Amino acid sequence: MLKACSVLIIAFVILCSAFAGDRVLAADQELLGAGATFPQPLYSKMFDAYNNQYKVKVNYQGIGSGGGINQLIKKTVDFGGTDAFMTENELKEAGAQVLHIPTCLGAVVVTYNLPGNPKLNFTPDLIADIFMSKITKWGDPRIAAVNPNVKLPDLPIIVVNRADGSGTTYIFSEYLTKVSAEWKEKIGTGKSLKWPAGQIGQKGNPGVAGYVKQTPGAVGYVELLYALQNKMAFGNVKNKSGKIIEPTIKAVSAAANIRIPDDTNVSLTDTDAADGYPISSFTWLIFYKEQNYGNRNAERAEALAKMLLWMVTDGQKYVEPLQYAPLSKEAAAKSVKLIRSVTYNGKPILK
Amino acid sequence: MKKDERQSGTDRSEARFAKILAISAVLIACLLFAIALTLFIQSLPAIKTFGIGFFVGKTWDSASEQFGALPFLAGTLLTSFLALIISIPFSIAISIFLGEYFKEGAASTFLRSSVEVLAGIPSVIYGLWGLFLLMPMVRVIETKLGVPPHGVGIFTSALILAIMVIPFSASIGREVITLVPSDLKEAAYSLGATRFEVLKNIIIPYARSGIIAGILLSLGRAIGETMAVTMLIGNSNFIPTSIFSPANTMASVIANEFAEATGLVSSSLIYIALVLFLVTMLVNIIGNYVIQKISIEASKEVT
Amino acid sequence: MEGHVRARLVKNHIFKGIVMLFAFISLLPLLLILYYITKNGISVINWDFLTHLPRPIGEAGGGVFNAITGTIMLIVLSCVFSIPFGIIAGIYLSENKEGKLSSLVRLCVIVLQGTPSIVIGIIAYVWIVAPLRTFSALSGGIALSIMMLPVIIKTTEETLKLIPYHLKEASLALGVPYHKTILKVILPSGLSGILTGILLSVARITGETAPLLFTAFGNQFMNWNILKPIDSLPYRIFYYAMSPYPEWHTFAWGASFILVVLTLALNLIARGVSIKWKIQF
Repeated sequence: MLKACSVLIIAFVILCSAFAGDRVLAADQELLGAGATFPQPLYSKMFDAYNNQYKVKVNYQGIGSGGGINQLIKKTVDFGGTDAFMTENELKEAGAQVLHIPTCLGAVVVTYNLPGNPKLNFTPDLIADIFMSKITKWGDPRIAAVNPNVKLPDLPIIVVNRADGSGTTYIFSEYLTKVSAEWKEKIGTGKSLKWPAGQIGQKGNPGVAGYVKQTPGAVGYVELLYALQNKMAFGNVKNKSGKIIEPTIKAVSAAANIRIPDDTNVSLTDTDAADGYPISSFTWLIFYKEQNYGNRNAERAEALAKMLLWMVTDGQKYVEPLQYAPLSKEAAAKSVKLIRSVTYNGKPILK
Repeated sequence: MKKDERQSGTDRSEARFAKILAISAVLIACLLFAIALTLFIQSLPAIKTFGIGFFVGKTWDSASEQFGALPFLAGTLLTSFLALIISIPFSIAISIFLGEYFKEGAASTFLRSSVEVLAGIPSVIYGLWGLFLLMPMVRVIETKLGVPPHGVGIFTSALILAIMVIPFSASIGREVITLVPSDLKEAAYSLGATRFEVLKNIIIPYARSGIIAGILLSLGRAIGETMAVTMLIGNSNFIPTSIFSPANTMASVIANEFAEATGLVSSSLIYIALVLFLVTMLVNIIGNYVIQKISIEASKEVT
Repeated sequence: MEGHVRARLVKNHIFKGIVMLFAFISLLPLLLILYYITKNGISVINWDFLTHLPRPIGEAGGGVFNAITGTIMLIVLSCVFSIPFGIIAGIYLSENKEGKLSSLVRLCVIVLQGTPSIVIGIIAYVWIVAPLRTFSALSGGIALSIMMLPVIIKTTEETLKLIPYHLKEASLALGVPYHKTILKVILPSGLSGILTGILLSVARITGETAPLLFTAFGNQFMNWNILKPIDSLPYRIFYYAMSPYPEWHTFAWGASFILVVLTLALNLIARGVSIKWKIQF
């Protein structure tokens, strides 16, 4: 009896100390974020640097944009990451005003695993038909027609899509909706789609990249960096102006060279820019404008605001080395303005 | 405990002790009840919207908020049954080996501890191993057969599940085989029966219901297995068309989608969890009941 | 007649051969798994791997220190919740062999043991994560402790049942109160069995991943606060296994090696305890 009692008491003490510890250790702040895997390599680098410099741990878990939005709505995270602007329904579910700030730009590339890793060119229709499983062999004459100099093997095409609710999927499908009437009618735009049967689903950008890398004949869509870091082949895409564009920082920045609205909700896919890569996008961090909710203390809110501000200013130096495109001056300025509008009890957090 | 007229301190602590014991027992029952209730309450929106039709609905589409669990039911049943079919010869062989041929000795100790180690390996490591060894192997088979060489899918998951349930059903099988009364076996031997004949005509028929119960319990295991399957199933929300097609099981779809699910999706996933809970509950109760009955009968025959 | 007997003997031998063949074929996966884990895992294990935190994605180096400490913390947390509770419930069952409540509790234990781990993950999310509004080590620990409970209850009950009745009678005859008899006489004599049960249940939960997906969540930093998300070895393995980075694949094998050694050690210790400390009656 005594033993059992003492164990229970110890348990209780541990619990109490943990709750108390939460207050005592306020100096050792830890922020929790979750969401998009599209910018995750950049975020993990940024947060590593941020922890080294400011001793604030920012724990970011790549669970997909859908997960990021949902966990923000459920208020289990301090901020979410998403590559798709929250929908009206989602904003309504959130209950309070949610702000979006862009952190960088990236490209969604079509990556594939073929013998010899040839560089392929894709037209919009070709991408749509491959991902609708209408073209099922790499040896299909339509692929050969735009790639006359490449010897294509007669492998079956294994299409890989995202099993989780994904901002990368959103960007990709938004592009295909713009360029293909059939895609628009059959599949449409969204974070989770009704893919044709027989395709493989994988979790997160890493999951798709991992599977494509391991499977000859597979084709998927991931953020550019994942393909680069893993030395995977990825295709050039023909843009609206009829140019074949290789996905690079420059081509993404070219696509982003447009006016940005105050809420930063802008789509860059199927860009008009002649040198712009057509499947580019901003990626956003999302958080509540009023930070006093769910027992959050002012220190935590301040730590969040400071961290966000750092990401769109000083933190931008980590963007280019990782092959993402940095924010333009205009976009950065708008982000800073949004971050400065964040309040705690109605008072702005940052002066 | 009988109560005296005047309660001494000992009596009071006595009563308190008995109370604590009883309360903890009640709490265990409450825990299970609370689990069931939580699942039920959380899945109510989905139950109200889709009702029983949920299990024949073929589409799982969050865009149009149409949710049907048939693809996952099919995926779960296919992988589990395929895994059982693959595993049965092996688990029965191990049961006979350990329960009849080599009850003691080095070979038996080796096999038994190996099977125990196999049972102790975490699911995620099976998944990892499947990803880097089974997947390429399955791809070779698929290429030979001329089906799209996904590498992942029902077949790969069933293979890994089979490996995972063998130790489980084998240990139950061994137990029920050792429960076969030795006077029955000895009687048969004294009539000149060979070991094979004793196995075929005495042991297996006698232990049949126990072996079946063991298989049933392994089925319960296979149905609920999550990680290894999630890593190897291919995550496709469609009714599988062949044993090589990618699919999703009830457990794997929860693992994939629960973190991002809101509203009706979340509720539908919990509805699936509720069904998973009820099915495994049923399977476990039946399996354990059969095995208990056998061991009680066996102990009666000894006395 | 001769031929008939020979045929029967031949059949007998063939069957024995088949049984042995199948039994040993089923060891093949085990050998392969252990071979792969050792081959790929042991080469990455060094001091750095054990004592460093993970590096940012795509950068070389780093280790799994946070995952190791996280796993230990989760184990401690789940033990704190499940051991007292499990032992007390086990005593109840062994002391009340008949009765409606006992059979109900036994049924519950069976059902709990068979409940899929992912379902328990959902439960911990709904019960702990959603109300506390944060993923946490606590929620992971509770999910795992629900998985430990049935094993502990069952082994406690079975161990205590085996303790001879005269021990209890002797104690009671000396005027020792009932509860002291249980705590001071019966429980200590069953200690080895109970300890074995605890170790086995810990071995069972150490490798669990599914219930941690939406509870402990993962954390690339070190964390000691039970109200914050925490990393764990199985979660790291899952995360690394599904990634495209070859170095992370080797890390997954390395982490698997640690995990397998850990679970095997627990199993071995459990067996050692049950053999060495066993009180003979």
